[in-house]
Amino acid sequence: MSLILLIEQVLNGLQFGIMLFLMAAGLTLIFGVMGLINLAHGSLYMIGAFCAAAVAGATGSFLLALIASLAGAAIAGALVELVVIRRLYDKDHLDQVLATFALILIFSEGTRWVFGSFPLFLDVPDFLSGPITLPGGIEYPLYRLTLIVVGLLVALGLYLLISRTRLGVQIRAGENDREMIAALGIDIAKLYTIVFALGAALAGLAGALVGAIQSVQVGMGEPVLILAFVVIVIGGIGSIKGALIGAILVGLTDTLGGIFLPEVMKLFFDPSTATSIGSSLASMAIYVLMAAVLILRPSGLFGARA
Amino acid sequence: MTEAVLETQGISKSFGALRASRNISLDLKPGEIHAIIGPNGAGKSTLIAQICGTLKPDAGTVKLLGRDVTHDPARVRAQAGLGRTFQISSLAMEDTVLQNAILGALGASGRPWRFFSDAVRDRDLRAAAEEALNRVGLEDQARSRTAELSHGQRRQLEVAVALTLKPKALVMDEPMAGMGSEGSKRLTGFLDNLRQEAPILLVEHDMDAVFALADRISVLVYGEVIATGTVDEIRSDKAVREAYLGEDA
Amino acid sequence: MIRESYLNALTVLVLLAVPLWAVVADEPFTITLMTRAAIFAIAAIGLNIALGIGGLVSLGHAVFFGIGGYAMGILAHHAQTYTAVFEWPLLIEGTKSMPVIWLVAVVLSSLAALVIGILSLRTTGVYFIMITLAFGQMFFFFAISWAEYGGEDGLSIYVRNGFPGLNTLVPIEFYGLCLGVLLLVLVFAWRLSKSPFGLALNAARQAPVRVETVGLDPVRLKLVAFVISGAITGLAGAMFADLNRFVSPTMFSWQTSGEIMIFIILGGVGRLFGPVVGALVFVALEHWLGGLSDYWHIYLGLLLLLIVLFGRGGLIGMVSGRRAVHD
Repeated sequence: MSLILLIEQVLNGLQFGIMLFLMAAGLTLIFGVMGLINLAHGSLYMIGAFCAAAVAGATGSFLLALIASLAGAAIAGALVELVVIRRLYDKDHLDQVLATFALILIFSEGTRWVFGSFPLFLDVPDFLSGPITLPGGIEYPLYRLTLIVVGLLVALGLYLLISRTRLGVQIRAGENDREMIAALGIDIAKLYTIVFALGAALAGLAGALVGAIQSVQVGMGEPVLILAFVVIVIGGIGSIKGALIGAILVGLTDTLGGIFLPEVMKLFFDPSTATSIGSSLASMAIYVLMAAVLILRPSGLFGARA
Repeated sequence: MTEAVLETQGISKSFGALRASRNISLDLKPGEIHAIIGPNGAGKSTLIAQICGTLKPDAGTVKLLGRDVTHDPARVRAQAGLGRTFQISSLAMEDTVLQNAILGALGASGRPWRFFSDAVRDRDLRAAAEEALNRVGLEDQARSRTAELSHGQRRQLEVAVALTLKPKALVMDEPMAGMGSEGSKRLTGFLDNLRQEAPILLVEHDMDAVFALADRISVLVYGEVIATGTVDEIRSDKAVREAYLGEDA
Repeated sequence: MIRESYLNALTVLVLLAVPLWAVVADEPFTITLMTRAAIFAIAAIGLNIALGIGGLVSLGHAVFFGIGGYAMGILAHHAQTYTAVFEWPLLIEGTKSMPVIWLVAVVLSSLAALVIGILSLRTTGVYFIMITLAFGQMFFFFAISWAEYGGEDGLSIYVRNGFPGLNTLVPIEFYGLCLGVLLLVLVFAWRLSKSPFGLALNAARQAPVRVETVGLDPVRLKLVAFVISGAITGLAGAMFADLNRFVSPTMFSWQTSGEIMIFIILGGVGRLFGPVVGALVFVALEHWLGGLSDYWHIYLGLLLLLIVLFGRGGLIGMVSGRRAVHD
């Protein structure tokens, strides 16, 4: 176990975490402003990936593909908000869960109907492929490094959007006090559509970016969605900062756990048993992390106290 | 001097910069109605929450029947004999009136872990529930859904549920609010008789009721008790007149 | 409009008559479908105790369904390979006896529900939903990585387990057994909803502060409900595994949790027969729509959406015209 491997794995964990952040940020924003739990957020991630794969296939341009993912997911998000989601704000969580679960069924089967059951592939563009040599002589895939940078830029952009812009003021008002938005003369319906589309666009972008290192297929969104929930439970609902820190914690725990737990187990068991026990434990590591946070801080690291 | 049934000693509570309770000491003696009055935002609800155990004071102690219950949750205080009615009705709205009263009796029995018998047909639970409903005059509504009750009837049901606990002390948060004059008059008469059974800490805006019922009155202003005394003492208290009764007096 | 009690009687009639017709008409597949519906109904009655009475929106009930399934799979697997489940610290052997398997399934799923419940009930609302969903995923991934019991591929059991006095290989006999369990569970759920515990739990959903002020602990009430709920769903899991003679991580998947919830919503939340009607309708849709189109989930999704947006009270509520649930 060398230092280089360790740094490599930390970077992998960071990259995974940052992508989770893109999902979790949208979810937590939507919950914070509209009080809505959206299970269909994973479908928007999938839609982003499929839009990107389709456009990349047709034009060969990765940048166009990314734009398509943002636009496609945002449009899908806005449409869903207008047709279904806005009818759910006044309903209880059970109705929200069921309706957005129904949306998952519709989106997943709809995508399967259009694109078929076979995975699509989205290639890393030439100018981002291959390794890059980092200080200290570490070779690391340029594309993954780009993901980290892009994700951090998005996080910065979100921070500026919320703290510095008019839309940000409205969003913060919406999180604190629904009456106040009306008092400020803000068109609530429009604000909600915009916030939902923004969250959708972030999910779509994440889907496209990750789609280039994994396959693009139906059902790709839900495992990520559930991890994003773990992130939110850890970070605290409604907190973008919590989402970022929670996401990085989850990313690192999952990646490092997968590498190190089998190694640690080798101290106690023979190699094959150690690998099997270690990987079983690794698959549970983030949930153990979540349970620990729940015991210590039931409303998450940065959540408002219940 | 008789031992107080319920007592707070120097309780304080702050929310950020807002000091909602400042060093509040008051007590409730057997057989009395002790009213707490004060303008809106004086910290009455915060005080009640600390007495009943839904909020923890930052400092000070709460004693029930001579025992320190400051660190006990609301549930334990209820079991020890503290009954409570809410300002905003907090009842199981989908259930019938009888079921709500039976819930109280069930809490008093301390035996909720019965999975097969029928709660509504349980003789003891039902008898206790019906007795309480009779006392507040809701016997004819027993089968009605709580959501269908009028505002005043919900208030009566609140009192009935508290009575099923056979409380040793009662804390009532604005029981008269939203009641018609007829209803207030009846409830005033009822509470008047109730004080011998269980002393009442009464938070109330209806001054007619307060002056008719209270043995003692405490005036809460900005989280602080500025005066405690009999009705006459409070009426003539200068500080109170300035701070609170000013516009009326 | 039809009164709800007639509708319930009609449901029981369907449960009895359709399989008997299938025997006469020699349609064993229909019996299998009915068995599937009966087992789903049991799982959903379990969830309905937590969800309908206790208001606990658990999106992780697949955990218990899966634990029940794996209890059956593991015990039967060891029995059919003549190996021991554990040799240390004490010898535990596999078994092909349904009653024993069911007992193990109920005990293990109760324990899981206890632990998950204690953790999840530290929070409420959306947190609770997300946490139960996450725990479900944890078990799912654990099952996938558990190579000893088939990992991703799952475990096949060659011969259905036995029940004293019955030949479980005959479809109608196994159905009769499942129907018997379903009726017992229904009676239990009905008694529970009327019992002191049920009354307190029902109040804990509507007005937790009130429950606390009469000296009861709403969280403890909900925890017990969650454990009972998990145990029943776990039992259904063991039966489902026996129906298919196969277990796989799919039983733990979030889709399974969602489907169990769908049964309840289709039929009507908090209604005694809601889960039964929902499971019957689901299996019928799955069979007919699934035969018409590979993409039948689209139609299921649309139906579900319509029920949530416009028809609160589920199918029973729509047919009987009664929205309110409890009396």
